[in-house]
Amino acid sequence: MTARETLEGIFDNDLKLVVGFMATLWVVYFVLGAVLGYDVNGIANALRGLTFWAAVYALCVLALNLHWGYAGLFNIGVAGFMAVGAYTMAIAVNPVNPTSSGAIPGFGLPLPVGIVIGMIAAAIVGLIAALPALRLRADYLAIVTIGISEIIRLSFKSVTLKEFTVLGKTFGTGGGSGLVIDNNPASFINDFLPAPSGLPVTQSVIEGWIYAIALLGFVALFYWTLARVGNSPFGRVLRAIREDEDAASSLGKNTPRFKVKAFMLGCALMGLAGMLWQASQGFVNPGTFKPELTFYIWIALIIGGAGSNTGSVLGGLLFAGVLFQGPLYVKNVVEKALNISGNPESLIAALQGPIEFLAYTLNNMGAIRFIFTGVVLIWLMQNRPEGLLGHRKEPAAAIPILGTQREQGADAVQADSIPDDAGSSGGDEQ
Amino acid sequence: MSQSSVSVFDRGTRLLREQPGAAVLWLIAVWLLLDLVLGLASGRIAVSRVATYTWDGITLGLVLGLAGVGLSMTYSILNFANFAHGDYITAGAFSGWSTTYLLSGLGSNASIGSLILVGAGGTVFAGDLGINVAAQPLAIILGLVVAAVVTVLLSLGMDRVVFKPLRNEEGITLLIASIGIALTVRYLIVFVFQQSTRGVTANVPGWKVHIVDGVLNVSYHEATLFIVSVALMLGVHFVLQSTKLGKAMRAMADNKDLAQVTGIPTERVVRATWIIGGALTGASGYLIALERGTLGYNLGWLLLLLIFAAVILGGIGSIYGAIGGGLVIGLASKVSLIWLPEASFARPAAFLIMILILIYKPSGLFSGRSTA
Repeated sequence: MTARETLEGIFDNDLKLVVGFMATLWVVYFVLGAVLGYDVNGIANALRGLTFWAAVYALCVLALNLHWGYAGLFNIGVAGFMAVGAYTMAIAVNPVNPTSSGAIPGFGLPLPVGIVIGMIAAAIVGLIAALPALRLRADYLAIVTIGISEIIRLSFKSVTLKEFTVLGKTFGTGGGSGLVIDNNPASFINDFLPAPSGLPVTQSVIEGWIYAIALLGFVALFYWTLARVGNSPFGRVLRAIREDEDAASSLGKNTPRFKVKAFMLGCALMGLAGMLWQASQGFVNPGTFKPELTFYIWIALIIGGAGSNTGSVLGGLLFAGVLFQGPLYVKNVVEKALNISGNPESLIAALQGPIEFLAYTLNNMGAIRFIFTGVVLIWLMQNRPEGLLGHRKEPAAAIPILGTQREQGADAVQADSIPDDAGSSGGDEQ
Repeated sequence: MSQSSVSVFDRGTRLLREQPGAAVLWLIAVWLLLDLVLGLASGRIAVSRVATYTWDGITLGLVLGLAGVGLSMTYSILNFANFAHGDYITAGAFSGWSTTYLLSGLGSNASIGSLILVGAGGTVFAGDLGINVAAQPLAIILGLVVAAVVTVLLSLGMDRVVFKPLRNEEGITLLIASIGIALTVRYLIVFVFQQSTRGVTANVPGWKVHIVDGVLNVSYHEATLFIVSVALMLGVHFVLQSTKLGKAMRAMADNKDLAQVTGIPTERVVRATWIIGGALTGASGYLIALERGTLGYNLGWLLLLLIFAAVILGGIGSIYGAIGGGLVIGLASKVSLIWLPEASFARPAAFLIMILILIYKPSGLFSGRSTA
């Protein structure tokens, strides 16, 4: 019995799986917070952080799943497309005459307009990247996309683009110091839904919670969009291209056009994810969009399983809750439990005794979690390249072709965009 | 004479018809070259400035080429883009500089621990140890050797543990696994040596070369980098020319299964590839830290995309291509400063060249698989 079958045995459908997993994480974080002696406000804030991180990773992973899981496009420039979305939105919505000194003026547009412009900009950059590059082999596309993402980041960082004037209109990227975005998705939603008063937690935590719940709504929206796309004739062509582009093309499908469209849609969603994630913090700078960010999203996708939307959400939750935020909690809990407060200045000083070594390790938890992440990635590639819920084989046809599959196929189409059940049992016969 | 000009004209019009994008790029390149020549002739662009950019470009290019040889060989023989290559460079640099610190600081009052950790946490400073190639030649040479050896061991170890079980997988699977190695190695280095970027050399003497309208400074460290890189490149050239290894590598790059049935010990060729590539990679990491005088955990990662650019430009699988590509990318990213408004556009310019080459000439400028 594989891990997936076990999981499916416990939760009979995908929604329950995701909700159950999120609930488990909430409970674990609640217990950890209680162990650490946090007050109500502290625990509420910890759970808010978990929800936020899980949601933003799920958004990015879903968008990436459209590229890699559906269309087989190896994009490792995710951070660049997110940067385009977040920066374009910031420039579009920032006030024309900023009140604070040193702030870079923008165009003063309303936020919803800014978000649409940001998504269009990310899609256009995706188009520019995709038109010539999609002819290339997967590994070449990888290098082109990471190159583009670095060109974008370094250009945003440059002094030349910090503030400039085109046709009498002054705007810019803020250079290395970034842009302040007072009018952002989080502030928009908090203005729309003011935080109730009289609760035992601070105003900022409540506002954070409202935004985190809104993000969960966006995750559902992304999921629904991708499920619709994946089950449409368009999505089936994408999957056909992923499996065998020549075959799809011989059936008269204009495969480059399908790939470009899928790439642009994915880039627009990545841009939106950049706005909902980084821009919602009220501040963006180029350092946020380093290639490492892309790799984290990839790791989350691979953990969850490329090709499955449920797997993508699950991968985002697992990465954010366990791999990314988990170690920092473990550090706090261990420090508290063992009453460790030392701070050895280097590894040599740390080698004097087990307590010193432990203290040094805990102080370097930031590095440890990346070592751990790297090891997990290697382990997955060697032992479970398809991830928790991923599978690269599922029926491309809307109706089951083989009689034995009819029932499973029909159920699965309702349950998820990608029929998991039919994939595992009937995939080999396709 | 007239015949050749006609054929050039024909080729030009064909290029314009079939690949208008490439034709535009050629026009831009020619225009920049003309601008440079005219600028130099009229005195608008200082000759010494161009000379300095050229020399900087050559030193960077040699390092890229040296590191690129290993990347290019593993790319063509194992058929995947190794994203851990940059962190092999960093690992080599740290191991080598650890040795150099230890050897030059043994007599001083610095503790052995802080010397091994290359002064992590600001405990020992290169200036106090007086590390430069004139004062401590032995420590530098031994550091270089250790950097090469450690990187060979690291790449063989990683191949054994990570890549060997994945030998028959697709390139993308190996690529993703190599990102895992990259993260692991980079943050192990952070764990051991800490995150700060440190200075590793003391002030170093140099030569002042007088050129028409100014001075070109050539430090001893730049000269060391130049001599050692060229010597290593020639060494690899002779090793691959005078042994069957080069031929076996070519065969494997073309068709692995065919090479295996013809009796080529493929696993041994793979090992030889990692050894040669690893040694050059470690040496390049040590040398770039020597030339720049600084060392940080991001050293190799920041070079990696430039190295990819070099390898792609030269044609994947060709070691001469990697060297040539390295020089072109090194020169392009420095000489382009003549036209670019600021230095921070140099890296984007190099990446742009890489992307354009991938799109218009994916087989590289010196195309063809010609390992050795």
